[in-house]
Amino acid sequence: MDYFVQQLINGITLGSIYGLIAIGYTMVYGIIGMVNFAHGDVFMVSAFIALIAFLILTTWLGITSIALALFIVLLVSMLFTALVNWTIERVAYRPLRGSFRLAPLISAIGMSIFLSNFVQVTQGPRNKSVPPMVRGDFTLLSSGGFNVALSYKQLIIWGVTAALLAVFWYLVARTPLGRNMRACEQDQKMAALVGVDVDRTVAMTFVIAAALAAIAGTMYLMNYGVLSFSDGFIPGVKAFTAAVLGGIGSLPGAVVGGLLVGLIETLWSGYVSIDYKDVAAFSVLAITLIFLPQGLFGRPDVEKV
Amino acid sequence: MSVSSHSDGAAPARRFDAVHALKDVGFTTLIAFGLLLPLVGFLTVTDVRNDLILQTRFPLLFALTASIGISRLVYLMSVSRWLALRAERPVVAARPARFDWSAIAARWFIPFAIGFVIAYPVIVLLVKGREGAVTWVDNFGIQILIYVMLGWGLNIVVGLAGLLDLGYVAFYAVGAYSYALLAKTFGLSFWILLPLAGCLASFWGLLLGFPVLRLRGDYLAIVTLAFGEIIRMVLINWVDLTNGYAGISTIPRPTFFSIPFNANDDGFAARFGLEFFPIYRTVFLYYVILALALLTAFVTVRLRRLPVGRAWEALREDEIACRSLGINTTNTKLTAFAMGAMFAGFAGSFFAARQGFISPESFTFLESATILAIVVLGGMGSQIGVAIAAIVMIGGTEILRQIDFLKQIFGQDFDPTQYRMLLFGLGMVLMMRWRPRGLITRRAPSVFLKERKSIAGDLVKQGHG
Repeated sequence: MDYFVQQLINGITLGSIYGLIAIGYTMVYGIIGMVNFAHGDVFMVSAFIALIAFLILTTWLGITSIALALFIVLLVSMLFTALVNWTIERVAYRPLRGSFRLAPLISAIGMSIFLSNFVQVTQGPRNKSVPPMVRGDFTLLSSGGFNVALSYKQLIIWGVTAALLAVFWYLVARTPLGRNMRACEQDQKMAALVGVDVDRTVAMTFVIAAALAAIAGTMYLMNYGVLSFSDGFIPGVKAFTAAVLGGIGSLPGAVVGGLLVGLIETLWSGYVSIDYKDVAAFSVLAITLIFLPQGLFGRPDVEKV
Repeated sequence: MSVSSHSDGAAPARRFDAVHALKDVGFTTLIAFGLLLPLVGFLTVTDVRNDLILQTRFPLLFALTASIGISRLVYLMSVSRWLALRAERPVVAARPARFDWSAIAARWFIPFAIGFVIAYPVIVLLVKGREGAVTWVDNFGIQILIYVMLGWGLNIVVGLAGLLDLGYVAFYAVGAYSYALLAKTFGLSFWILLPLAGCLASFWGLLLGFPVLRLRGDYLAIVTLAFGEIIRMVLINWVDLTNGYAGISTIPRPTFFSIPFNANDDGFAARFGLEFFPIYRTVFLYYVILALALLTAFVTVRLRRLPVGRAWEALREDEIACRSLGINTTNTKLTAFAMGAMFAGFAGSFFAARQGFISPESFTFLESATILAIVVLGGMGSQIGVAIAAIVMIGGTEILRQIDFLKQIFGQDFDPTQYRMLLFGLGMVLMMRWRPRGLITRRAPSVFLKERKSIAGDLVKQGHG
């Protein structure tokens, strides 16, 4: 039981990271109907930006307040990652709108290879490990020598994810930008006819997706403390699994899917086999796509002539 | 990376608008600076105490930013104006070609190319001698031909049937591991295991193809990717069978009608009264893979004229129409998957036999992406295009590995190979932007009305995935 609660806590932490990345996939798919294959690598780039910002703040500027440092790191990482994703959309995806269906996917695969190799070339192929940013934990339950611990960093991850999801939900549901995004999602041509700037809205979607990925990247760095140029691919595919599981195009679905994938992964590695945890995640992806392609909250895809 | 911010729309064509261009260049430079600042401006290194510290690389940052700004300016002053001028010119109807180059090329190119690849080892031997020829035949010949074969195999699935497969390397891995394990455990020869490995791979193609039949487009691509990764992870984690990351070594090499290529008395060289050189085995392997690749091409060409090949292409053009006409789409898709997988299995067992060592590292997603990129860059469905793309990409990589003059420019630490995948990814993006139909934009239809003629690639659909 205690072991189970501990796995649950770890799973929710991992799941909130996946959920944040999954929103990026689901938003982009919803609005322009492409699988943004490079999103996992954008997440990895954001974690590197966060790492560099953190090192500048702590080693050069000597900021000791961890809350302030974390806040600035989040802001910097969101800003620069948004710029990266905005440029990617502009250079690699926008010219392909109206091209054949697989062109954006292939371009995104190219972009994904480019990003991970760019980081490898500029920052080197070795793992980067940072000292833990936040230490300490509480003991929730204690029985028979096994303590269920909830660490402060997990609490921060839960808190930041929840707070930013609230902000994000407000943005999509209550602001003119969110209304434009929902309009473009339903019908781009019609939205353009009633005066919605489709190009700008799509660009903003990429910016927001990148900002959420940057939060996930910072949290990932805080949680694991190790980073390498190849860390984008597997979390990216897992987050995509989350988006599909929740129903691609559905925002609450992405969050629920993220939590589910995180839980499945930790429970699988806790009870079945840690070596096969990625296999479990990939199998969930395959099984969902084959048997439940519309996901938990998605609309079924109607085939038209 | 330059940002085409304003020039896409109405760039002034007649005269060069300096203010506009300067604004554009300033904007691009600013964006480039922002993009490069974190990752190029700062370098994270591990110091002697194993702590992560930062170093700055501002000169490099400014140099790169400036070069991007200057390239943008040059682009605006030359290419962009030229494009705008061209767009202004009235469209003239396509002139009838006085001299049809493409017909002559099509007539003579294939016989010439086949003649050249058959003669290639002999040419290399004559030029480089028996010692120096090994790297040329091995790195440029065999390596490229493996990818040509894989590209042709994937071309059946992607180019003809229009099913986007991102996990193709899984079947390559099945072929390689089948050969390695069966040869080591049962001591069977390469020539028995080659067809067997193909059969096993195509069996896996059917097995993995069956559940994904209902999926289309991006979803199909992602599921095949997931299957590819699952197979790789099983290869890594099933240590008892596959030896995990360490891989399988001392895989038996193919023999020449049961005569091994070694320096022993019963070896190839001794039997034929020749002096022993490693080049004999390399040349032999070259001809084996050449034969396998040509077999792939030949089978594909013939299959396109059979009902099943026509069904593949019909499926690519319109799945619903295809179903309405009574074509069994399930079987059609499965045969495409199985055919593609079989050739990957052949290539895989050849790969294992040539290397003598295999590990899961050789079968990553990047490999699938490389093969897919070859098919896409060559022009999906065009066999010559795929071959040219494989030569350009794999040969280009090998050349990048060999060149030394860049070291003299950038210093001894400069390693061109680490930029290989960077350029490769960028190439895929640029290709989709400017030539989404690949290098070869003409396609030869398999069915025609009055006369046989090639058509533009734009007329051929890419399938729903």
